[in-house]
Amino acid sequence: MEKLIVSTSPHIQSKTSTQGIMRDVIIALLPAAVAGCILFGWKALLMIAVCVATTVLSEFLFNLLTKKEQTVTDLSAVVTGLILALSLPAKANIFHCIVGSVFAIVVVKCLFGGIGCNFANPAATARVFLIIAFSASIGGATAPALGGVDLVASATPLEIIKFGSDTTLPSLLDMFLGNRAGAIGETSALALILGGIYLIFRRVIKWHVPVIYIATVFLLSLIIKQDLTVALYQVLGGGLVIAAFFMITDYSTTPINTLGKMVFAFGCGVITVLIRFWGSYPEGVSFAILLMNILSPYIEKLCAKKPLGKAGK
Amino acid sequence: MTKENKLMIILRGIIMENPVLILVLGTCPTLATTTSVISAFSMGIAATIVLICSNVVISALRKIIPDSVRIPCYIVIIAAFVTAVQMLLQAFLPDIYKMLGVYLALIVVNCIILGRAEMYANKNTVLDSALDGVGMGLGFLLALIIMATLREVIGNATFAGIEIPFLADYKIPVLTQAPGGFLVYGIVIAVMNKLTEKKGGVKRKSFSCEGCPSSATCNKSTCSNTSNKEVEENA
Repeated sequence: MEKLIVSTSPHIQSKTSTQGIMRDVIIALLPAAVAGCILFGWKALLMIAVCVATTVLSEFLFNLLTKKEQTVTDLSAVVTGLILALSLPAKANIFHCIVGSVFAIVVVKCLFGGIGCNFANPAATARVFLIIAFSASIGGATAPALGGVDLVASATPLEIIKFGSDTTLPSLLDMFLGNRAGAIGETSALALILGGIYLIFRRVIKWHVPVIYIATVFLLSLIIKQDLTVALYQVLGGGLVIAAFFMITDYSTTPINTLGKMVFAFGCGVITVLIRFWGSYPEGVSFAILLMNILSPYIEKLCAKKPLGKAGK
Repeated sequence: MTKENKLMIILRGIIMENPVLILVLGTCPTLATTTSVISAFSMGIAATIVLICSNVVISALRKIIPDSVRIPCYIVIIAAFVTAVQMLLQAFLPDIYKMLGVYLALIVVNCIILGRAEMYANKNTVLDSALDGVGMGLGFLLALIIMATLREVIGNATFAGIEIPFLADYKIPVLTQAPGGFLVYGIVIAVMNKLTEKKGGVKRKSFSCEGCPSSATCNKSTCSNTSNKEVEENA
């Protein structure tokens, strides 16, 4: 305290840092990662390691090559890699994981200016890119390999509902615990909700967003299909829970104020349901996020609070 | 306009005013024909020939063509050359004719050719216009080849139809489709901007006349009268 520091607002300081928030997100994702490793075995662990290593390395190298400030230590690349790995099925080719990770960091994030400047969620965009680019390897899903069974490609519950299949639907309890075909981190709703509650408790995310998103999908499915079980499968199936807690709560790609966040979550829910019931893909979560990411500046503008006592119109 | 070095006219089209990567003209044929190196090369050559010929003829007729009907006149001249090229290809290289399909006929409305006619050929001598056509044509060809190489090698693990064995397991097929085309296009433009920025290129942030890559050749007196400047003054 050598001298008086005169500065503009904000004057309230807190210890919250990007690194701290990202660390909380990583901690919150750990239960889902562990659940994925238990359900899908060593391949899941390998995919998580490869994706995280590639995202961190590509951010480091991009900043090095373009002589930008090194931002690897804020841990956001780790989060991106972790979410991307968790949203891919265990049968994914490792090379495709690497391509997706590089795409997420270099094209979606760094080329637009790095953390805070990207307009679309890197993990969701990379997942969409991978689905379109390598539908054979990334599309579809793998059944859990509990007890050392080899990984077998299998229809996800959503695919069974949409296209019909010989395989029977897993029970709702299995859906909740994660014993169903799907991407490695999206199957266990229990683990994801545990992580989500931690984030809400740590005030990293607002509870409105996941609640409104899940409720929108649930209620719309209930209204359209008139069936409670189908609506529950819609909520527990696919990547809905991981998206609700970890993707649509991303800071840089969603509106800032609470009203805007709520509109965003509602819009994601509507688009997800529309794609799931009437689109050609069985799953619409990542497409919904991407479409709403593009809309978020407009939502922000419409939902901005009017300053009190402002002169003029 | 000061007398320019003849070599500079050619070089300008290739790098500093590259029609595809800097002026962002001719996007449609660029995205459509860069799926393979061979079709990109044929497209580039065909467009270059048409561009040189139309530049020469338009430049020669620039004092005869009335100002009010100049665009239809340009289109008639360009269409004549495109038809000639199309018939020649159909007769002698039918495979390439089939490969390019409708995009060959669409050279008629190619922005690069119309743009150079309007921006350069109707203000400059025949020789300069011909050289400008060569430069711009080569710039177009070069951009097409760069993009086609990236898309074909990474997307299909081949180069000009020849297989590259060690890449076969690692191809990313989406790059040969439309979304991949946009992706590669954006990345190549970004790299190009980064490279020309260092050499004291055009100020990319300014949207006024000075920021336009064609400000050297464009008639500045007409440009300053447009609404662009008025908007700036009113603001």
